[in-house]
Amino acid sequence: MQAATDPNRQGKASAEAPPSDRLLAVAQGFEVDSEVHPSVAAEQPVLEIDRFNLWYGGKQALHRITMSIPHGKVTALVGPSGCGKSTLLRSVNRLNDLVQNVRITGDMRLNGDSIYDPRMDVIDLRKRMGMVFQKPNPFPMSIYENVVYALRIDGEGNRGVLDEVCEISLRGAALWDEVKDRLQDSALGLSGGQQQRLCIARAIAAEPEVLLLDEPCSALDPIATGKVEDLIQELRGRYSVLMVTHNMQQASRTSDYTAFMYLGRLIEYGGTTDIFTKPVLRETEAYVTGRFG
Amino acid sequence: MSSDRHRHRRLRSSHTALAAHGEPWVWLTAGCLAVAIAMIGGLLALITARGAATFWPVPLELVTAADGRRFLAEVAEREPARPETTESPGQSERLLLRTAAFAETGNHFEWIALSDVGRVSRPEWATVVERLEGGRLHGTPSRMLHGEQVVAEGPAAVWAAFEREHPAARRRWRQAMRLDRVDRGRLQQKLRAARLAVVAARLESGPGSAAESAAATREQQVQAEADGATRSLDARTAALRAENDGWIVEFETAAGGTTAVPLDGIVRAWQPNRLGWLGKLGVYGSRWGEFLADDPREANSAGGVFPAIWGTVVMTLIMALLVAPFGVLAALYLREYASSGPITAAIRVAINNLAGVPSIVYGAFGLGFFCYGLGAGIDELFFKSSLVADSQPVFGTGGLLWASLTLALLTLPVVIVATEEALSAVPNSMREGSYACGAGKWQTIRRIVLPRALPGIMTGLILAMARGAGEVAPLMLVGVKKLALDLPVDGTFPFIHAEREFMHLAYLIYDVGFQSPNSQAAQPMVFTITFLLVAIIAALNLAAIWLRARLRRRYVAQTF
Repeated sequence: MQAATDPNRQGKASAEAPPSDRLLAVAQGFEVDSEVHPSVAAEQPVLEIDRFNLWYGGKQALHRITMSIPHGKVTALVGPSGCGKSTLLRSVNRLNDLVQNVRITGDMRLNGDSIYDPRMDVIDLRKRMGMVFQKPNPFPMSIYENVVYALRIDGEGNRGVLDEVCEISLRGAALWDEVKDRLQDSALGLSGGQQQRLCIARAIAAEPEVLLLDEPCSALDPIATGKVEDLIQELRGRYSVLMVTHNMQQASRTSDYTAFMYLGRLIEYGGTTDIFTKPVLRETEAYVTGRFG
Repeated sequence: MSSDRHRHRRLRSSHTALAAHGEPWVWLTAGCLAVAIAMIGGLLALITARGAATFWPVPLELVTAADGRRFLAEVAEREPARPETTESPGQSERLLLRTAAFAETGNHFEWIALSDVGRVSRPEWATVVERLEGGRLHGTPSRMLHGEQVVAEGPAAVWAAFEREHPAARRRWRQAMRLDRVDRGRLQQKLRAARLAVVAARLESGPGSAAESAAATREQQVQAEADGATRSLDARTAALRAENDGWIVEFETAAGGTTAVPLDGIVRAWQPNRLGWLGKLGVYGSRWGEFLADDPREANSAGGVFPAIWGTVVMTLIMALLVAPFGVLAALYLREYASSGPITAAIRVAINNLAGVPSIVYGAFGLGFFCYGLGAGIDELFFKSSLVADSQPVFGTGGLLWASLTLALLTLPVVIVATEEALSAVPNSMREGSYACGAGKWQTIRRIVLPRALPGIMTGLILAMARGAGEVAPLMLVGVKKLALDLPVDGTFPFIHAEREFMHLAYLIYDVGFQSPNSQAAQPMVFTITFLLVAIIAALNLAAIWLRARLRRRYVAQTF
C-alpha cells in the first residue's frame, strides 16, 4: 500500500513491465487503466466523475477515478473492504470536507455543475442529493419530523406542503402503511429495517437528483434487507441511485450497472449482467464469483 | 502452542485459580461500595434523626440535687462522666440539663452527676415558654395580670386564660410589627428616593438650578405626605400596642423566684407533661411552621430561617440560569467548532484545573472583580446620587447578583466538562445524516446535537447546582450576611433586588453553630438547618432529574 502512494514508484512503472494481472499490478504500485464497457457511455449521465484523486493526509485513497453515473439507473460499487467505495460516495456530496487533512484533485459534475468548484455552495449541493448510511441514523424526533427534516431546515413551514411530502416520501419508501397511524411517535421506536426505510424516505423527501446509498443493508437482518432491496428496485427509474455494497447477490439483484473497485482504482465498470456473467477481465470474474477478495 | 504436550506443561495446576474466578475482586469492589454507602447513609441518618427531633416536645423534669438546688429542665444528654473532670471520682454518669434559668444562674444548661441527683418528678403544670427576648423559660404559671387587676390565679386558671387571650395578643403584636416593617419601610424608601432625586438633580444640572429646586419642592411634598402617613401609622400601632399593654403572665421558676412575661412577648408556650401524643404533634408542627416561615430571632438561634431558605433557593436558581448558557456555549465552541490542536488541548486542561481552584479564591476574585470593579462602575454610572448622598454603594458591595455570578464562575468548569462529554456522546452518524440533508453547522447543532445532548447537559447542571448550593466560603465575601430580613424578591418594584445582601442556609450553619453565644441551645438548630439544606438541595436535584428523565424519554430513549 505504501508503494502505491510513493510517487517515485511511478518511474519504476515505466521502466519495468507491469504484471499482466491488473490487481497484482495495482498492488505493486503500477497505474492501470479502467475497463469501461461501451454500454455505460451510451447512457445519459447524471453524475460525471473526472480524474478524481483523494488523499487522507499522505495516504492516497482514490486514484484517478473517471466514471459517469447513468441517469435514472441503479449503479452499484463493489470491491473488497478499504478499496475506496465509501470514500468515493462521500466525495460526491462532499461529506469528506468534514474530515481533517483531506485533499483532492480532479472534479465531479452533477448535471453539469462542478461539485468542487470553489464557488459551489456545499449546503446547496447537498440539498440536491440524498444519502443513506450503513447504520440507520434516524434523528431524535418524531417520524414526521424526520421525513420533512430537509424541508424544515430549508425553511418550509406550510403544514399542507409538509404533510404531502411526508406521505409521498413514506409511500415512496414503502413505509407509509406501517407508520401512518403514529407519525408523531419517536422515530427511535421503529425497528432497524423500518428505521432504514425511514432514512430512505428522508433522503428522497427533497426530490434529490442523485440518491447515495452507503451499504444500506449491512446492519439489517435478512427480512429487512429483502424489503430494502425491493424498495431499491422500485426506486429505479424515478431516481438515479449510486449504491455501495459488499453483497454480490445484492448488486446483481438490484443494480443496472456495476463498478468493481480495487485499492482506490476503478477496475471494471459495465452493465450488471455483463459484469456478473461475461466480464472483460479475469480479475473481475474472480472477485464477483467469490474466488478472490 | 505447537503440541498438546507442550501446553500441558505450561499449565501448572489442574484447578482454576481463585484470581481467575475473580471472587476476591467482587468482594473488594462490593466492600468499597458498602463502606461508601454506610458512610453516606449514616451521615444522612444522623442529620435526619437529630434534625427532625429538634422540635419534638420533651418532658420537663423537676430535678432536686443533693445540695438542695432545684432545676425544672429537659434532659438534653446523658453521658459517661470522665473521672478527671468531675470533683468526686467514681461517678458513672452525668446529665446535661436544659434548665433555661439564665436569669438566675447565668447558664442555659447545667451538668449534673447522676449521683448528685436527689429526687426527680414531672410536675403536671410545668411549662416551656418561648419568649421573644431572653430565650426560653421553664416554670409553672402562677398569675395572670391585666394592669393592676389579677385575671387568673393558680396554674389551671392561668393556663386557661392564657390559651384564651394569647392568640389575639399575638395577632395584634404581629399587625403592629407588619405596620412598622412593611408600611414604614415603604415610606422610608419613598423619602429616600425623593432625597436622592434632589442630589441627582444637583449632580446633573449643578447646585441652585431649576431642576434641583423642583426636586427639592417635590421632596418637601413627599416629606409632608410621609409625615401624615407616619402619624396615622403611629396612631394605629399605638392603639394595637396599648391593647396588649398590661397583660402579663407570671411564672414561678424551680428556684422559687417569679418571672413576669408580657403576654405578647410569649411566642409559644406548652406543657409537655400534660400533652398527649396528638398535642405534642401539634406543638411539633407549630414549631416547624415557625422555623420554615418566620424570620430569625435571638441572633439566629431561635425563630425561623425563612429569609435563608429564600436566599439559598433564589441564589442557586440564578446561578444555574447564569452558568447554563455560558457553559453550554463555551463547550459547544470547544467541541463543535474549534479545530483540535495544542491550543484546544491546553484550554481543556486549563478548564479542568479551574475545577480544582479553592473556592475562597473565587470569593476573593468575585469581591475584587464583581463588587469593587463591576459593581462600583455600575454605581458610578447609575447610582451616583446614592454614593454622594449617603456614601452607600448599591451594586458596589456584596449582593445576590454578585454571589450568583461568583458561584456560576465556580461551577462553570463542571458544566463545560459535562457538556463536552454529552456532545461527544452524540453519534457522528447523526451529524453526518443532518449534513447530508443539506443542513448547515448551526442547524445541525440546534436541531440534532443539542436535543440529543440535553440530558447529559442537565446532568452537568445538576452537579453544578449541588456544588453551588452547598458552598459557603466564597459567599462570605460576596454578599451573604448574618441577618438580612429584606428578601431579594418582594412586592416592590423591580421585584428582584439583585443588589441586596441575603442569608444563606449553609452560612447559617456556620453562624449558628460556631458564632452563637448560646451554642448548646443552638446545636439542635444546626442539625435542623443542615437537614433543611440537604432537603432543599435534594429537592432541587430531584426536580432537575425529573426534567432530565423527561428529556431523555423524548430525545434519546426508544419511545416517547
